[in-house]
Amino acid sequence: MVNLAVDFCGVTLKNPVTTASGTFGSGMEYGEFFDLSRLGAVTTKGVANVPWEGNPTPRVAETPSGMLNAIGLQNPGIDVFLERDLPYLAKYDTKVIVNVCGHAEEEYVEVVEKLADEPADLLEINISCPNVKAGGIAFGTDPKAVEAITRAVKAKARQPVIMKLSPNVTDIKETAKAAEAGGADAISLINTLTGMKIDVERRRFLLANRTGGLSGPAIHPIAVRMVYEASHAVGIPVLGMGGVRTAEDAIELMMAGAAVVAVGTANFHDPLAAAKVVDGIREFCVKHEIRDVRDIIGCV
Amino acid sequence: MQKETGRVVSQKKIAEDIFDLRIRTSAAKDARPGQFLMVFTGDESRLLGRPISICEADAKKGELRLVYRQMGAGTRALAALAEGGCVELLGPLGNGFPVKDFQDRRVLLIGGGIGIPPLVGAAWQLSRPAFAVGYRSESYLLEDLERIGEVLAATEDGSLGTRGNVIDALLALEAEPKAGGAGWLTRGLCPEVIFACGPMPMLRAVAAYAKERAIPCFVSLEERMACGVGACLGCVTKTKETDGHSHVKNARVCKEGPVFDSREVAL
Repeated sequence: MVNLAVDFCGVTLKNPVTTASGTFGSGMEYGEFFDLSRLGAVTTKGVANVPWEGNPTPRVAETPSGMLNAIGLQNPGIDVFLERDLPYLAKYDTKVIVNVCGHAEEEYVEVVEKLADEPADLLEINISCPNVKAGGIAFGTDPKAVEAITRAVKAKARQPVIMKLSPNVTDIKETAKAAEAGGADAISLINTLTGMKIDVERRRFLLANRTGGLSGPAIHPIAVRMVYEASHAVGIPVLGMGGVRTAEDAIELMMAGAAVVAVGTANFHDPLAAAKVVDGIREFCVKHEIRDVRDIIGCV
Repeated sequence: MQKETGRVVSQKKIAEDIFDLRIRTSAAKDARPGQFLMVFTGDESRLLGRPISICEADAKKGELRLVYRQMGAGTRALAALAEGGCVELLGPLGNGFPVKDFQDRRVLLIGGGIGIPPLVGAAWQLSRPAFAVGYRSESYLLEDLERIGEVLAATEDGSLGTRGNVIDALLALEAEPKAGGAGWLTRGLCPEVIFACGPMPMLRAVAAYAKERAIPCFVSLEERMACGVGACLGCVTKTKETDGHSHVKNARVCKEGPVFDSREVAL
């Protein structure tokens, strides 16, 4: 018998696998493919205080072993989310991590306050979206701003707060420490890396937004390095993500220091990707006679 | 529904860069005209599926026919598949054309280039279909279309049918209908509904044509996709009213579409 359950800032996840925000909607679409109760948690797409239209199309482009996206955090707003999306997820025996986005401190706080008495187990604060001009990455790259927004959110949050960090910085340790100093219960990384793709035949940007966030297996080694660096810089747990496609990829992030791992772009390649990662971690533990998956966290 | 492995029954090149692929797959049994598949290339470095519309579905044989244009490395890999080859796919996806609502009506199916294939499957389920199709120069699928209904054709270089686009061909016919024509279209009767698929400038012109004549019009849209199932919000189209799912003026082409009432989307 292998124990796959992990404690993540006081919340017990039945296994260390969740979905990366923005790749899984609010679970409804993938709930048609598999029982979401197989996952340790579902992380929802970023939700703001009001509906957001997002960016013009094209919003996505494939790249070698990855993709660029510039969705621009389109979302229906917190009111619809509370009425429709959260009750859907509450039906499943899985934890819910609600990703929160905003342009300004008050917007984040408004959403966090509305979530206070709702069936959300954890909050993930997106301060690192590369596709939204005000807010998003503007908060995520400046340690002072990271600390301030973390403090503001923590003052109002009823659930544990995970700050989602941007990899588009010189030193990930600085923003990780800033989040911890602001009172974050955990950090998650990495968000996407800013990239660009040009259609050489037409001499035009492929994405309407010109730049987009790079995700997929192409960024996995960067995620491993940053999770390793960040987890050694702070005392709070780390939710690791970035290019996880297989159980081995997830285990690598755990060995680097992640307590929980998210599957993102791989969901687009195979709707069962996240569930398969759970199965693969179990198989790995059995094969290597690991009785408790927690033993591999940061073991490298 | 799950991602599954289809088996290539046959594949042939039917025009420059245009391939006619038949796949044996369980996805054939539920496929509706106008739906699409996400087709994966087998190369793990290309993560995303290619959205390809279903040309025809044979539920009995369990076969799907896809007619697609080779555009880049992904579709080039697909084009290299021979009989017996394996192809990973997800589908059928999307809503499809409202064929049931217009089964006995005079339906004009307007296609441009690689937008023509999904009209074939739709037309088989209609009792009074007629086609108006436009090509750049080289035509394909014409024999298939002629087997189903009358065909009005246009080519940019004038090598076949009217010189110009499909709208030019329709206007020319309106000005000079043929009393002894093969079907209702050539005899000058007005269509009761239009189904269209093709490049955006064509769809805009078709929507305007339909609006001027107060004909309901359904357009199948194309957009770059990532997930194909409605989760990533990559492939949205602008809508005139707030969409019921997104709560903004965006609808997902892969989920609410790819077929939309032309009055409801901002083309």
